[in-house]
Amino acid sequence: MNITVKVDGTSYTDEVEPRTLLVYYLRETLGKTGTVVGCDTSNCGACTVLLDGRSVKSCNVLAVQADGHEVTTIEGLADGETLTPVQEAFRECHALQCGFCTPGMIMQATDLLATNPSPTEDEVRVGMEGNLCRCTGYHNIVKAVLQASGQPASSGGEQA
Amino acid sequence: MIPPEFDYAAPGTVSEALALLAEHGDEAKVLAGGQSLLPVLRMRLNAPGIVIDISRIEEIKGITESGDAVRIGAGATYQDVLDSALVSEHLGLLHKALTEVADAQIRHRGTVCGALVHADPAGDVGAPVLALDARMVIQGPDGERTVDASDFFVDLFETAVGEDELLTAVEIPKHTGWGAHYEKFVRVSHQWAIIGIAAAVRVEGGTIAEAKVGLTNMGSTPLRATSVEQALVGKEATEDAVAEACAQVGEGTDPPSDLNGQADYRKHVAGVLTRRAVVAAAGG
Repeated sequence: MNITVKVDGTSYTDEVEPRTLLVYYLRETLGKTGTVVGCDTSNCGACTVLLDGRSVKSCNVLAVQADGHEVTTIEGLADGETLTPVQEAFRECHALQCGFCTPGMIMQATDLLATNPSPTEDEVRVGMEGNLCRCTGYHNIVKAVLQASGQPASSGGEQA
Repeated sequence: MIPPEFDYAAPGTVSEALALLAEHGDEAKVLAGGQSLLPVLRMRLNAPGIVIDISRIEEIKGITESGDAVRIGAGATYQDVLDSALVSEHLGLLHKALTEVADAQIRHRGTVCGALVHADPAGDVGAPVLALDARMVIQGPDGERTVDASDFFVDLFETAVGEDELLTAVEIPKHTGWGAHYEKFVRVSHQWAIIGIAAAVRVEGGTIAEAKVGLTNMGSTPLRATSVEQALVGKEATEDAVAEACAQVGEGTDPPSDLNGQADYRKHVAGVLTRRAVVAAAGG
């Protein structure tokens, strides 16, 4: 079946099988390997992208469901060399160890801050509950999201 | 994990969808948000000949006022429902339960009606919908019929919706001014409920005037704790009085035994959590 999807600002038209998952369309057809497959069971959130501006797990969406819609991947966030505040904060706060969960974390944090620009620490933790980090790096991830929101990131305690 | 091959159709109207269902019978699976169906397909627990995607049908997308009720169309995602001022004002229990469904990404795609038809007893939507005396609007080849929530859930993953039918909306009577709480017991925050308690109460002058309690994962379908509801009426909304009324909530239930807990454990915890849910709903 033919689909037309706008991905990171560019429109693509491709023939896909109905069973093709969006994440495999992005990676294998479009070559956008920045979006990774983590668990492949819709648990870990590593494959998170924005579909029409809201976060989704792209291993749990069919490519045909995205027909006529707009996808933003981790590769579509930065403007050339200029990182988004979330990307910048992840770098500054060292919000990663192995980095595999990072694309999904950044996409989910981007969605979270778009709808709740000044979240509390609790709201960040709940808002990121669908993204798993197996290096136990949540502390710095939460710090990075708070910093990206323009709030002073505390050392893990309550927000001032 | 790649799903098995299937054909795909995205009808634009309910009547087109019904025609496809009539044509393909038990070979067809309906996709709304796909957040339960896609894992099932990837794990190859089901291999439909055709997937009928109803997410492009505009006529079933809305959340509207319908007399004494709020009508939630089959296309409405969890997030649509959470964002609805009508739901926040009149269906506090549903709103609270939906905040506990999976995680943000799933809530952006999954639908309330899809979850109801999927009928996973560990899902968070059935218990509040049952407790709030919802009516299910089902369309089929013979037109539209309405089924009470109490007659809707038949068994594990089985509902009153026939193979040639579509759940197009759920209508939930307004419970304006009721206190509500959904107490979900889980090991991992975005997982299925080990058990869940949906409680809505109307308090008058410190006394519980009406109570509605639904149970998640205490049997093969969502359950209504009618004896607890009756025991709560007339009780003061205090911890002790509520605890006494809730202690026997597990009686007559048949919860599963699995790695998260044995049936007798679930029955015990249900009593504790029902007390907590009712006290929280009463504003305690």
